[in-house]
Amino acid sequence: MFPRIPMLSYDVVVVGGGPAGMAAAIRAKELGLNVLLLDENDYLGGILPQCIHPGFGLHYYKEELTGPEFASRLAKRLVELGVEYRTAARVLEIRNYSDLEKVVIFTSPSGAYQAWAKAVIYAAGARERHAFEIGIVGDRVSGIYTAGEAQTLMDIYGIMPGKEIVIVGSGDVGLIMARRFALEGAKVKAVVELMPYPGGLARNVMILRDFDIPLYLGHKVVEVRGKGRVERVKVVRVDENLNEIPGSEFWIEADTLIISAGLVPSVKKLKALGVEIDSATGGPVVNDRLETSVPGIFVAGNSLLINDLVDYVAEQGELAVEGAKEFIENGGIESRKWVKVEKGENVRLIVPHYLSGDRDVYLYLRVARPMEDVELRIPEIGKRMKLPVVKPAEMLRIKLKAGEIRKAEKLTVEVVKA
Amino acid sequence: MKTKVAIIGAGISGASIARVLSRYENLEVHLIEKAPDVGWGVSKANTALIHGGYDDDPEKYPTRARLCIRGNRLWHQWAKELEIPHVWNGALIVATKEEDFDELERLLERGRKNGVPEMRIVDRDELFHLEPNLTREAIGALWVPIVGQIGPIPAVIAITENAVANGVKTHLETEVTGIKVENGEVKGVETKDGSIEADIVINAAGLYADRIARMAGIDYFEIHPRKGEYWIFDDDVPGPKRVLFPTPTPISKGIVVTTEISGHLMIGPNAQDLPPEEKEDLATTREGLEQVWEGAKKLWPQLPPRSKVIRTFAGLRPEPTGGDFIIKAEEEVWGFINVAGIRSPGLTSAPAIAYEVAEIIERDLGIELKEKEKWNPYRKEISHFFMMTPEQVNEAVKKNPAYGKIVCRCNSVSEGDILEAIERMKFIGVKTPSVDSVKFRTKATTGTCQGSFCRPKIVQLLAKEYGVEPWKVTLKGKGSEIGIGDVKVLLRGDA
Repeated sequence: MFPRIPMLSYDVVVVGGGPAGMAAAIRAKELGLNVLLLDENDYLGGILPQCIHPGFGLHYYKEELTGPEFASRLAKRLVELGVEYRTAARVLEIRNYSDLEKVVIFTSPSGAYQAWAKAVIYAAGARERHAFEIGIVGDRVSGIYTAGEAQTLMDIYGIMPGKEIVIVGSGDVGLIMARRFALEGAKVKAVVELMPYPGGLARNVMILRDFDIPLYLGHKVVEVRGKGRVERVKVVRVDENLNEIPGSEFWIEADTLIISAGLVPSVKKLKALGVEIDSATGGPVVNDRLETSVPGIFVAGNSLLINDLVDYVAEQGELAVEGAKEFIENGGIESRKWVKVEKGENVRLIVPHYLSGDRDVYLYLRVARPMEDVELRIPEIGKRMKLPVVKPAEMLRIKLKAGEIRKAEKLTVEVVKA
Repeated sequence: MKTKVAIIGAGISGASIARVLSRYENLEVHLIEKAPDVGWGVSKANTALIHGGYDDDPEKYPTRARLCIRGNRLWHQWAKELEIPHVWNGALIVATKEEDFDELERLLERGRKNGVPEMRIVDRDELFHLEPNLTREAIGALWVPIVGQIGPIPAVIAITENAVANGVKTHLETEVTGIKVENGEVKGVETKDGSIEADIVINAAGLYADRIARMAGIDYFEIHPRKGEYWIFDDDVPGPKRVLFPTPTPISKGIVVTTEISGHLMIGPNAQDLPPEEKEDLATTREGLEQVWEGAKKLWPQLPPRSKVIRTFAGLRPEPTGGDFIIKAEEEVWGFINVAGIRSPGLTSAPAIAYEVAEIIERDLGIELKEKEKWNPYRKEISHFFMMTPEQVNEAVKKNPAYGKIVCRCNSVSEGDILEAIERMKFIGVKTPSVDSVKFRTKATTGTCQGSFCRPKIVQLLAKEYGVEPWKVTLKGKGSEIGIGDVKVLLRGDA
């Protein structure tokens, strides 16, 4: 197709060198596949190298690590196995010529290449929602950063963004950045959360108490004012339908506004391939091999769905590449019939969407609203699991046996009062 | 001896004037700007249209009517010579009620009077052929094929680069504080950094043109800001192929729906008059943006969900007393030329305004202009990775590996593009490194993620090339620094 750009050939090309991509590339090599890993940063690890806090690896490595430690363990293994990888390499386009002929066109400091592969693992992560996207108006000033950008500035480049901080969003990233700022001597003046409950894992919500940081639940930041730099932000209270309550506005003086309003899977290149997207996850619709609607294109990590634990991300990378191996060897993913997974009561999203019944699977799901003393039920197969508490912030991961799956035409997963 | 010319304001008007005057060997041209870079005032935030010239009533606004159509024609030439991103996609002024046709007929008549070619009224069938996703309420339109779109700041940058290549001297971050006038003649300008001698002073100060004029003792007009707000959507949201206007009302041309040249659906502006002193108020407002949303929906019902918004912004148009452009040599102060009140269609008119000023210098100031033997009309656009084929990338990396390394993932901007942008910033005299200067030259930070991935990398490149600490790099000039120091600055107590 591009006769004048160098051509490379692999079984599998992995797009993205974060935990999902690295785990996939390692597993690919272990399975004897000829694999290339591509990442656009100068270093492997994705966002992990900037996540200098602990809390990583409890499931995957059975010990608690920091982000850089988790990343370097994977990277070390990758190098030991001699996995071919390229950093500073950005994928420009993925083309699908036929089931076993994909081309990944990428650029790098040594030029552009076309890498042919039988299967592609897409593990490009996610992006953060920004201030414009969540409707904040006012002046365009310095001092407005997404949480991840602030984290990059501080923990990769050693730059202190500001000293009086307001954080939008009480998800894990927002809370962790609240602690990060506090530890560096900044004054975190508020964490502002739209919902009536905090968005992060319980252990991260503790940060607010540890550092005496005010949390405004059921509030939103609507406006920023300042000249060159943020000077103040306007906060307003919302009712139970998230409508603003007139007259409840107040201003907080701050020089920095951090937006931690959630992540969106990066799937533009998949959309360009015609991959079907699930509007609930923002990621692709997949089967239990994490294969998308385009045969031979697999997806893992935050491109699949926004995960709360890196351990699941790495697990998905491995799963995807195991699927790729089967795909390559059999010229496709075989299945007698697909069992569709449907969302029932209080289930906001669930992955995978289709199960073969040929193997045990993990279902990853999130609830729509917090509840206590509930049961997760799959009525078609009579499955019931007691759960003391469920929260939208905490992803549920449940295992289904192949035999259970095979019993049903479809599976409806619901979370209801016990 | 050379005649020294000081142009105040490096917006689209000032830069265009500088370029046209750079052609003459007996002029020494100085372009003075208070912002850190060119095009950051009125030129920065507008609808980016090259208007057709049918809109301005030659009876009421003769200068606007005359210069708009002439400017439109000149842009065809300038865009080629200077490699300015542009598209000539035409405009539809859409009727949704029978009585709208009366207004369209009036515009058609006015356009013919102004010399606009090829305009005609199209019926419903042809209209939907031109623009299938328009509101079903549409019943016809005025079709103006000569309307186009341009990158306004890229245009100012291109024009300035060409002017500088032809000998114009720039003075950025140089705020004018006074005009020197002796015995009814200008002698130069006072700035915060000393004075600049000049025989001719051209006031192209945009929103501040009234203030500059008053420094020369001229106070017959006032400029008040008129705010317009805009929404821009992600590039996977489908937009129209043409520029869509509603049928205008006596007050406004209405809210435009268009796909701007980078491929993003854009809607706006509304019009809100601000008091004359609020010339810095570029804040977006809930009310204004909602007004734009509602207005745009009337033409383009399938507006995307709010989650597809990647940016909102506001711009200020300088509304002069009387409403027409004020372009003249002031009789009471010899050598002082006002180029004031350049409201819409100022971007379109800019090249024509520049030639008008050259004529004024010859005709009214009696200075015979001698053309240079060698004047370079051309300027090359900087490299854009997103416009390269993979083969071209491989040619480029042979010169510099940085061309193969992507910094802005949303818009595919390479490190090479950014280094070139920084080189060109320095070429025209940009002293303070800012992310915006890179953004306007490369499109980095203007995509889906709005810079959250690439801004820290751009900051590193700017810091290195300018030899400053990274936290001192600014977003848009002094006072908008990226950080307050290194990460331990607060714990050390230095901040």
